[in-house]
Amino acid sequence: MSQLSTDHLLGIRDLAPEDIELIFQTADQFKEVINRPIKKVPSLRDITIANLFFENSTRTKLSFELAEKRLSADVLNFSASGSSVSKGETLIDTANNILAMKVDMIVMRHPLPGAASFLSRNVDATIVNAGDGTHEHPTQALLDAYSIREKRGSLKGIKVVIVGDILHSRVALSNVFCLQKAGAEVMLCGPRTLMPKFAESLGVKVTYNLKEAIAWCDVANMLRVQNERMQTGYFPSVREYTMQYGLTMDTLKHADRDITIMHPGPINRGVEITSEVADSDYSIILNQVENGVAVRMAVLYLLAQKRQEQ
Amino acid sequence: MNKKVILDEKLIQIILERLCFELIEHHNDFSQSVLIGLQPRGAALAKRLRDMLMARGVENVPLGLLDITFFRDDFRRRGQPLQPNQTHIDFLVENKRVIFIDDVLYTGRSVRAALDAIHSFGRPADIELLVLIDRRFSRKLPIQPSYCGHQVDAIDSERVLVEWGNDDKRDQISIIPHEST
Repeated sequence: MSQLSTDHLLGIRDLAPEDIELIFQTADQFKEVINRPIKKVPSLRDITIANLFFENSTRTKLSFELAEKRLSADVLNFSASGSSVSKGETLIDTANNILAMKVDMIVMRHPLPGAASFLSRNVDATIVNAGDGTHEHPTQALLDAYSIREKRGSLKGIKVVIVGDILHSRVALSNVFCLQKAGAEVMLCGPRTLMPKFAESLGVKVTYNLKEAIAWCDVANMLRVQNERMQTGYFPSVREYTMQYGLTMDTLKHADRDITIMHPGPINRGVEITSEVADSDYSIILNQVENGVAVRMAVLYLLAQKRQEQ
Repeated sequence: MNKKVILDEKLIQIILERLCFELIEHHNDFSQSVLIGLQPRGAALAKRLRDMLMARGVENVPLGLLDITFFRDDFRRRGQPLQPNQTHIDFLVENKRVIFIDDVLYTGRSVRAALDAIHSFGRPADIELLVLIDRRFSRKLPIQPSYCGHQVDAIDSERVLVEWGNDDKRDQISIIPHEST
């Protein structure tokens, strides 16, 4: 297969396993490009991309913007604060106004689940979901899986545990879909209050004990505790969470195997992961950031290629 | 398939030997020169020439493989999707004498893209082009080879097929109708 089966990237659930493999193979070539003395190619020079961020983001926004610029696309940046959104403009109106400026693709982060899908059905542009509420964050899942593939050679049969706030995490959901489609085994681990009721129905293992999870896994993806999404108390105190689910060097040494540690960022040092672990050789956290640019270049390139046939 | 063989294994070998001697004549010990095979089809020829040069006493011939997919001028303009190949250049070409190597020179558009692409790796002192087959009446851009194996007068509805030998196959270059590709 040499092109994606979808016209937008709304979620990993819409992708076929072959799509994921194609994105990885294309990302391999872009990873080489971004390590050249001149890190830019002209492929998307006739494409204009608007980055619509209705929710805060540092890493994803920078990573997308860099990927777009490395591909020579023209880039428009929009963030909800200080825009007409605060004056009551609807999402479709905002998007259509931006499209009237001849924009080809929209990369959007939005606090509401399904916002990207809604936009794709209502405006004439290629939509890339950069996170929609607690639903999906497909490019993060792709770069996580790509980083595991790079570190371990393959995803087939690799055991990955996702630890922490599963309930509020779009990263967790996209990761589960992506890892399963690529042939990995997935376990979810976290406090019962932060484990969604549908967890078992995803076809994953579930545990509430970090030691048990670490004993089982090859790779541990430590999620951030999302204080901003927690209106009620999901655990008694941050200290208690850290005691039970914070990853320390002791826990790792206990496992007596070479475990790869990941984190989608931003890290709460000393909460879900100690600095010692985050900065150790087990960690591929900074590789994830580098791979993020290559994977996003691959996604944008492959989606742009689809636009000619529309 | 209506296949017309234009070069057989023996002739190809003679041409490759001549190209080797021409390269040595111009580049001496290759201390300032590098071979760049254009992906995908120039790679095999570049590797073959590198091995032949080294067998003829040139001590070190730097070889890189350059993929031009991201620099093409027909992205989103052709029916078939473009699939990138590996680029592998583990040296800088700054102030080096670069020799592009491809199997067939047709419209010249790939070479145009390669001229763009190579600048990501530095500014070469000069760039030459070596091709095994030159389809001389099919050029769309003002690009000519510096070293040419064989000139062919194929028409647009035909395709030049270069097959490199391995265990059970021989080197062979033929002209086939475009439909059978």
